[in-house]
Amino acid sequence: MQATSRRNSELRLLFMALIVGTGALALVAVARDFESLGLAAPLIGAVAVCYIGATIFLRKVARLADPLILPLAAILNVMGLAAVYRLDPDQYGPTQVIWTGVGIACFVVVLIVVRDYTLLSRFKYILGFVGVGLLMIPATPLGTEINGAQLWIKVGAFSFQPGEIAKLCLVIFLAAYLAERKELLAIASSRLAGFHVPDLKHFGPLLVMWGISLAVMFYEKDLGSSLLFFSIFLVMLYIATARLVYVAFGLLLFFAGAFVGYTVFSHVRVRVITWLDVFDPRYIQDEGYQLAQSLFALATGGLFGTGLGQGRPDIIPAAETDFIFSVLGEELGLMGTAAILICFMLLVARGLRIAMNARTDFGQLLAAGLTAIFGIQAIIILAGVTRLLPLTGITLPFMSYGGSSLLSNFILIALLVRISHQTSETPAPAETAEILIGGRG
Amino acid sequence: MQPQIRRVGIGLVVAFLAVFLQLNYVQILAAERIADNNANVRSLLQEYAIKRGDIITVDGEPVAVSEPTTGRLKYRRTYPGGELYGHITGFYSILYGTSRIEASYDDQLLGESGVITMQDVQDRFLGSGLKGDDVRLTVHSQLQEVAREALGSDRGAVVALDPKTGDVRAMWSNPSYDPTPLASHDGDVAREYRKSLDPNSIDSPLVGRATSRSYPPGSTFKIVTASAALESGKYDPQSTFPDPQALDLPLTDDTLTNFSNTACTGTDEIDLFTAVTVSCDTTFAILGLDIPEEVQAAAEGYGFNAPIPFDVSTEASQVPPVPDDEEPLRAFAGIGQGNVAATPLQMALVAAGVANGGEVPRPRLVKEVISPSGEIVDSFPPETIGSPLSSANASALTDMMVSAVADPSGTGGAAQIPGVAVAGKTGTAQTVEGTNPHTWFICFAPADDPQLAVAVIVENGGTFGSEATGGAVAAPIAKAVLDADRAIQGW
Repeated sequence: MQATSRRNSELRLLFMALIVGTGALALVAVARDFESLGLAAPLIGAVAVCYIGATIFLRKVARLADPLILPLAAILNVMGLAAVYRLDPDQYGPTQVIWTGVGIACFVVVLIVVRDYTLLSRFKYILGFVGVGLLMIPATPLGTEINGAQLWIKVGAFSFQPGEIAKLCLVIFLAAYLAERKELLAIASSRLAGFHVPDLKHFGPLLVMWGISLAVMFYEKDLGSSLLFFSIFLVMLYIATARLVYVAFGLLLFFAGAFVGYTVFSHVRVRVITWLDVFDPRYIQDEGYQLAQSLFALATGGLFGTGLGQGRPDIIPAAETDFIFSVLGEELGLMGTAAILICFMLLVARGLRIAMNARTDFGQLLAAGLTAIFGIQAIIILAGVTRLLPLTGITLPFMSYGGSSLLSNFILIALLVRISHQTSETPAPAETAEILIGGRG
Repeated sequence: MQPQIRRVGIGLVVAFLAVFLQLNYVQILAAERIADNNANVRSLLQEYAIKRGDIITVDGEPVAVSEPTTGRLKYRRTYPGGELYGHITGFYSILYGTSRIEASYDDQLLGESGVITMQDVQDRFLGSGLKGDDVRLTVHSQLQEVAREALGSDRGAVVALDPKTGDVRAMWSNPSYDPTPLASHDGDVAREYRKSLDPNSIDSPLVGRATSRSYPPGSTFKIVTASAALESGKYDPQSTFPDPQALDLPLTDDTLTNFSNTACTGTDEIDLFTAVTVSCDTTFAILGLDIPEEVQAAAEGYGFNAPIPFDVSTEASQVPPVPDDEEPLRAFAGIGQGNVAATPLQMALVAAGVANGGEVPRPRLVKEVISPSGEIVDSFPPETIGSPLSSANASALTDMMVSAVADPSGTGGAAQIPGVAVAGKTGTAQTVEGTNPHTWFICFAPADDPQLAVAVIVENGGTFGSEATGGAVAAPIAKAVLDADRAIQGW
């Protein structure tokens, strides 16, 4: 009964998301000409069918899962799709539709394969090594440098960004490792230079894993991912141990690292300089060009935007990946960007709700970690394109063009859906009644 | 672990809110300032997607047109007339903005004049691209060409206008420039060409001498002084003046001599009529000393001391008040020297004011604005910008100017046209010591029913050098323009 009503509200919400999203897609097509609408129609239909198929499928394999996750992902994804299609209806648009289909397929496959998420903790070391391995591939001769960062591997005609999948592996590893040893890590049993510090034996594997990932990404000049991995490590350590001193120590490390990066690497310096002086005539046509164009797009959008297909966001270099948000900012205005922010916040809120309700430590850490990495990634790039923080290139989850990013985010929500379903399946212990009231609304 | 997760949640929400606040700043609070940056090419792309209207001459010759390109900017501006219309159309340049008609009729040329026709509605609905309105000039292509040929390689300017309507029928300044390279979408082409024009020099071809450069008007200014004399009521054409060889100037030991260093007539007296005919300096110097305020008032009536209201920007001509302790300058002002400076356009308006019975017409470069569907959406009725003299006095002054051309003793004989009474006045203006004088001629014809008023200046006497006079150098040029207009219009 409860399961049916959840899936029914999911279906209703999904319909709303699809009406808005596919409507946007249709509008950007019409903005070109009526002929384009004919070409876009099958794509729009395919996306709708995939999503509706996914919710029907959830009735079979995860009927008790949170009903908001899929519709929120859908609205973000389809709005992103509209923006990508608007920029390039001939190549990127259709490709992104295919990747959306593949992503939803992965979502389904993960839900079929991972019937019990707790089993994932068994593979924590394998996943940890796979994650670090994936991160390292682009640094090997297999890797290809695109836009100054060595993040891609090329297999035949298509390039893939292994870092996107690596981040899932590393979050699973961290969740499993921390769930197992959180008490040990929280207790400071040794002394080092007058401070109580936990036993290095327990910290070792964590630090090694973390150090390697940061080193690799620094080598690959991927500042955005470095920042993301650094933060997720701290966040998960904090959730597991409740010790703010680790966070403080981590932040100290971060600032030290940032300072070293600033002095040693010219590309880090350029990012900071252009952030501070984006409109300086010395940089505006070169280093600061991209960020300046993003701000022009957002500023041109104003409150209501120019209307879909009516602006000129195509001027922004790499508009379809890192700057997809600015594209929508120009054409939908603050109304549109605020709506997108709300969707991200709701998805983060639902993810953390799933984490708080999860029955196992591993489940709590995994859901919180996945949600946090999703939220932090969004914040890093949103703060970058709006000039709140220095720009570090990274994709905007569900919205940016790119197969790897879409796949990893669909897998991410598949895991959240699985955890929330399993939580609802297991009867809640009596003492957590308070959470039950809050969580099942 | 719930408390920690909740705190992480709060942290993420705070971060999203910070992004939201920043968006408010970028998209609302600072939006205008940010979007206004020159590096934001949006408005440029939008503007260049419009088929900017043509600028055509009154006889339909296109002088500024928009041609489709295959680049990111959809249309490119070209100027089929080359340098012939440079100072009229101005340019439409990405790097240097707009000038002249391209600037003053920008809205109309872009189709943003606020007049929405059915065609506009149709274009918008069918998305067939926006078109701007065409601007039709008052300039006649043949007369413009004649003005260029008549002036030849000499530096200077020719302005010819209809004294009744103010329609400018030719306006040529030499040197000129070709606006096409400035309108190039290739920044290097525009930059190189502009550099070759020596843009910071006052002698740059970019300066339209006809409207934007003032010169001492010399004896052509005597028409203004004579107007003041007649209007003052103290003098009429028969009023007599002493005719000394040299006029003693007040406050100094200096004297003012006539151009020929002799008295103007064989007698001791000269009347005003003859003084205009033979261009007698001492007479007008006396008037300058006698009625300085009236001279200034008459000059202002003709348009001096303020930019002339025109379709393109103009430099103001000057007749500054002379303080008592510099009284000799009043004598020089009377003969168009000293502190007096005038643009060729201003001197054409002096001729036109006399021709038009004392009413100075507002000069016009634009006849009408035409929508893409061919409707006239704007046209400009004649206006008057000043009335320096009565029609009776204008008629008297006309007679004197006719005499200056027709009488054997007159200075403007070179402008005579058989069968047509030409009214004119020569000017040979001293400039800096050691340089040759500027030669002027202002005129209109026919005297009894004026069709065209002309002002010509040849800087530093052109090829005549130190021997140059307005009668010898400038008058034949004005005559050529009068002849051509007569042939075109059939008067």
